[in-house]
This record gives sequence, structure tokens and C-alpha cells, in this order.
Amino acid sequence: MSRIATVFGNLLQKKRKALIPFITAGDPEPAMMVPLMHELVKAGADIIELGVPFSDPMADGPTIQRSSERALKHGVGLKDVLTMVEEFRKTDTYTPVVLMGYANPIESMGYEKFAARAKKCGIDGVLVVDYPPEESRDWVRNLDCQQIDAIFLLSPTTPQRRVERVAELARGYIYYVSLKGVTGALSLDLPDVANKLVQLRACISIPIGVGFGIRDGATAKAVAGLADAVVIGSRIIEEIENSTRENLLTNVYSLVKNLRTAIDEASPEHSLSIV
Amino acid sequence: MKVYDLPDRHGHFGPYGGIFVAETLIAALEDLRVQYEHYRSDADFQAEFAYELKHYVGRPSPIYHARRWSAHLGGAQILLKREDLNHTGAHKINNAIGQALLARRMGKSRVIAETGAGQHGVASATVAARYGMECVVYMGSVDVERQAANVYRMKLLGATVIPVESGSRTLKDALNEAMRDWVTNVEDTFYIIGTVAGPHPYPMMVRDFQAIIGREAIVQMQEEYGRQPDALIACVGGGSNAIGLFYPYIESNVRMVGVEAAGRGIESGQHAASLTMGRSGVLHGNRTYLIQDENGQIVETHSISAGLDYPGVGPEHAWLKDSNRAEYIAITDDQALEAFHSLCHYEGIIPALESSHALAYAAQLAPSLGKDKLLLVNLSGRGDKDMTTVAQASNITF
Repeated sequence: MSRIATVFGNLLQKKRKALIPFITAGDPEPAMMVPLMHELVKAGADIIELGVPFSDPMADGPTIQRSSERALKHGVGLKDVLTMVEEFRKTDTYTPVVLMGYANPIESMGYEKFAARAKKCGIDGVLVVDYPPEESRDWVRNLDCQQIDAIFLLSPTTPQRRVERVAELARGYIYYVSLKGVTGALSLDLPDVANKLVQLRACISIPIGVGFGIRDGATAKAVAGLADAVVIGSRIIEEIENSTRENLLTNVYSLVKNLRTAIDEASPEHSLSIV
Repeated sequence: MKVYDLPDRHGHFGPYGGIFVAETLIAALEDLRVQYEHYRSDADFQAEFAYELKHYVGRPSPIYHARRWSAHLGGAQILLKREDLNHTGAHKINNAIGQALLARRMGKSRVIAETGAGQHGVASATVAARYGMECVVYMGSVDVERQAANVYRMKLLGATVIPVESGSRTLKDALNEAMRDWVTNVEDTFYIIGTVAGPHPYPMMVRDFQAIIGREAIVQMQEEYGRQPDALIACVGGGSNAIGLFYPYIESNVRMVGVEAAGRGIESGQHAASLTMGRSGVLHGNRTYLIQDENGQIVETHSISAGLDYPGVGPEHAWLKDSNRAEYIAITDDQALEAFHSLCHYEGIIPALESSHALAYAAQLAPSLGKDKLLLVNLSGRGDKDMTTVAQASNITF
């Protein structure tokens, strides 16, 4: 069984929801990455989403744009990100790592070569923001060959008939983008998310994570009451931005720890959708 | 020549084009594709578009025989398709009107646009004023500084110009920011993309709106010269003026040459010649040739002409290159400037620096051909906007 499936299976037994923090690889500096990843796990992260820095992050708001720019200043590219995960895997073979980023660094490396290297370094899933299912047949085939999960996005604007097509290709878990706009946006319409998730569950059998617009314990808790996983990115990046090298790990630890506590307080009335 | 019917229904030109965007935009692009396919063959829409092109833009644009310059070069005759005479001074207005008419029919009250040099921003601000729509133009803060006069023009026309501070603060970043706006305001907003790039259906739609250039040329050449030209020459940044001229000729045997910006020289690394020096990748919603580093990061480009200063190129050009239907060559800043001054001197026409790249290649090619050969150059815009840049290149300050 894949690490992602194992984690969701174990959470289901404990009636808990997954906490998935997002950080950009190489931000604030490459040497901090592996310690930061371990700190996230210590604070209660179930899966880590690792952003691959890109020069043109079209779907990201200012916070993640800045973090991408900081990482690029250190020259961090896809190859370096894979090496970081390889290093992380030396001491953590349980926590799934999902890469999240844009198409071109992968296009540049080539599907086959990327998939082989990613497998070797211990990557469990990949979400490419600008690979919609229509353009993803070859891509998913290459990931399948290496048993890496192709993670896909769904959004409030996705029509139901398309949800079915995405469900066909999606592996691991579905990432539901809970609002229109870019990452780091402010408002989240909870009743709207709840309605949409009911529709999504009708044709999706893998877990559904919700991201975009989750900024504090209260929203994290509310979302955890609806979804299988809570994804938090910009808020953590802000914490990294506002920290010094000395207090970075402790600041991120206490932020993620608080989110963990809030999520675990969520009522387990909506059980996980996986069986 | 076999029938040319690209793109396919998914927007692919061979391996290029397609729809590479985040999920949030898929529904909007699907809506746009369906609506455009309807209006593409709608007689009322096409009639209104034709009326606007005639009465508002001033089409057809003439073909002018540059006799003195041709005689000076001592070879083929150079003919200029005068897109510089259009309202707002460039070919960009053709497409802006087409998309604005579509936006109105789709009930969108707000239009957004990206711009580099400001020509597409001005065209978008112009049509927004013409049709009473709100207009927001994204422009890299470096370009806002370089093109202050065009920023003021857009503001005069009622548009809001938003300087973009991310990335390299130029055209590609303006495009990123416009995409972010569109994702956020997709319900009431129409994104007017200025070139034949972006996700399907944009490359096809912009091409169709610009194809008036080539369709007119076919008729005008037949009427005035009794035959078609021996070669078509046009500059290529994103490639909208070139595709507008080339497309109606694709099934013919007429030679087609796209001219990219070699900047300070191809070997200097400071250029914007995506087709000449780039390799395949994905950016701004389509697969195409891109100028990128070994990690797949998009690198900063350089051209004296802001309108060519873009790391990608329309996917149809990528396909025309691979299929050998068109040739692509690159011209340096200095060569473009020389052609700029020549056209001023011999013909009393001040060309845009973008178009000067096409002129420079015509000037290279003409002497090697007989006097009976005809080269049709797309003079895509006028050079008034480039006064400061050209003066600076000659070490003159106002």
C-alpha cells in the first residue's frame, strides 16, 4: 500500500482528519528544509506538501510568490527538491511527501526521468497546478508506472460531469480548492464548501482535502468537520517570513501544533469517505 | 499543399498549444470556447466586427510600395502592409475589438488585459471606452517606467493601470497577474489576451481576429500587382501580427518568414528569440518554445523593442517552425535600429521598433533577389511610442 493510503487508513481507524501543511522547498534557505520538514511532522503533520519553486507561479498569491522568489534566489530547482526529500527519507519513512508546483520544471526534466528519480527519492504524490486532466494522460501513466499518486485539483467552478473525469485519473487524494482566486485569499464560505463536498463525495472514492483560505484554528476545525484533510499553506509561509533563523522551527512548530489541536477537536460526525 | 485545419478541438497544433491552466479557469475557458465557436460563424457578429474594423479602425490598411528604399537596397521590391495606419497605431486594435464584442455578448462588464510596451493595453483601454466597459490593465513596473506616455494614454482612456511588482516586473509577470485577477473575478470579467498565446481558444481566436491582415493582402496583391508576393515577413514576439498575415497564406506556396528579437546578439544570451534558441515547455496556459534555464525556470529576456520582449511564442508558430511551413530568424537591436532609421530616411515613415525587426530582415534579403521579386513586410505599428528609446540609443536626451 502507498504511504498516502496507509496514512489515511490509520487516520480513519483513529477517527482523525489529516493535517497537510504546505511549504516551499528552499524557503527561507535550502539548509533549513529537512529540519523544517521533521518539525512539521513533530507538530502533527500527516502529509507534507512541498512546493517546487517556479519563476512564474500563476496560481499563487503574493505570500507564496515571495516564498518562491526567496527559494529561487538560492538557486533551488526541481533536482534540489528531490535531493531534499531523499535526505528527509533517511530518517522518516512513514510521512508521505507530495510535490506541488508548475508544469515547466517537470517538462524540462522529462516525465519518465522525473518519475524514476521521484520514486527513488521517496516522493509519494505530485500535484501539477497547470496539468488539468485533459492534458494528463501521459503524465499519469508515467507516475502510475512508478506507483506515485497523481493528485488533482477540483474547484467551485468544476462542473459535475467533469468531476467524474477527474475522479478517474486522480490518485491518493483530491485537493478541493475551496474558493475562487489565488492562494492566500482571505474569505472561505463554509456552507458552500459543505454543499460542494456532498456533491463531490457522490463520485469520488478517495479522500478529499480542502485548501485555500484556511488561516487559523477555527477555520481549520470547521473544515476538518467537513473534509478528510485540511491543507494550510500561506499562513505557514507567513510564519516563516516573520521568523528569524533562530526561532523559525519553534514558531512553525507552535503554529502547526495549534492547528493540529483545533483539527482534532472537530466533531467526527462526518466519517472519512474511504472505506 | 494539404488542407490546414489546426488547431484540433482541444486546441493542439501538433504537440503545442492546449489548455495548461489551474482547475479554477477550466470552466471559464470552456465557456469562452463554446461562445466563440458560436459567434465565429454568426453573421451578425461578423458583420458588426467588419463594420467596426472599417469605420472605427480605418481598414482596409493599404499596401504601400517602398520605392525609394527598395531602389536604395538594389534588389527585390519591398511592400509594406500599413497596420501602422490603424486607429491607435498598430495591429493590436483588430483583436481588441473582436474580443470586446465577444465580451459584450457574453455579458461581461469588466475587461482586463496585460501589456508590455503598452500597445495592447492602449488598444484594450480604447475599446473599453468605446463600449463603456470597466478596464484594468496589468503592466510590469519596469515597463510602466519605460513606457510612461502609454501609461498616461491608457489613463486618459479611463483604464486603471496596475503596476506589477513580482518576478522580473515585465510582460510575463503582467500576464501572470492578469491570470490571477481572472481566476478571482471570473464571473464578470473577460480577459483580453493580446497575442496568439495563452490557453485554447485564445491562440485560435486572436489569430482569427488578426487574419483580416492576410485576407486583405491577398485581395490587394491581386488587384495591384496581379500576383501574390514572393515572401511574407513579419516580426514575432508572441506572434499575433505575423500569424494575422501568414494564416490566410498557409495553404499557398508563399514563403513565410518570422523575425524574432536577437537583442544584444544570440550568443550574448540577452535576446528574446524563443523559436531560435528556446525549447519546448509549458507557460501561460500553452505548450510552446520557451527561453528557459536547465531547471525549467523562465529566464529574463531582452529586446530593445518591449513588444518582442517575451520568453514564449504562440504555439501555432512553434508548429509552423517544426513543420517547416515557416522560417524563423533573429535580428539584433542594432540591426533593427538601422532599419528604423532607413525607413524614416527613405520613405518618411517612422516604424515601431517591433516592425523594424521585420524591415531589417527584408533589407538583408532584398539585395540577393531580382528587382522583379516582391517582399511583403507587415508594418505592424508606428514608432511614435519609441521616440525615447531610439533617442537614448543615439545618446540623445530630450
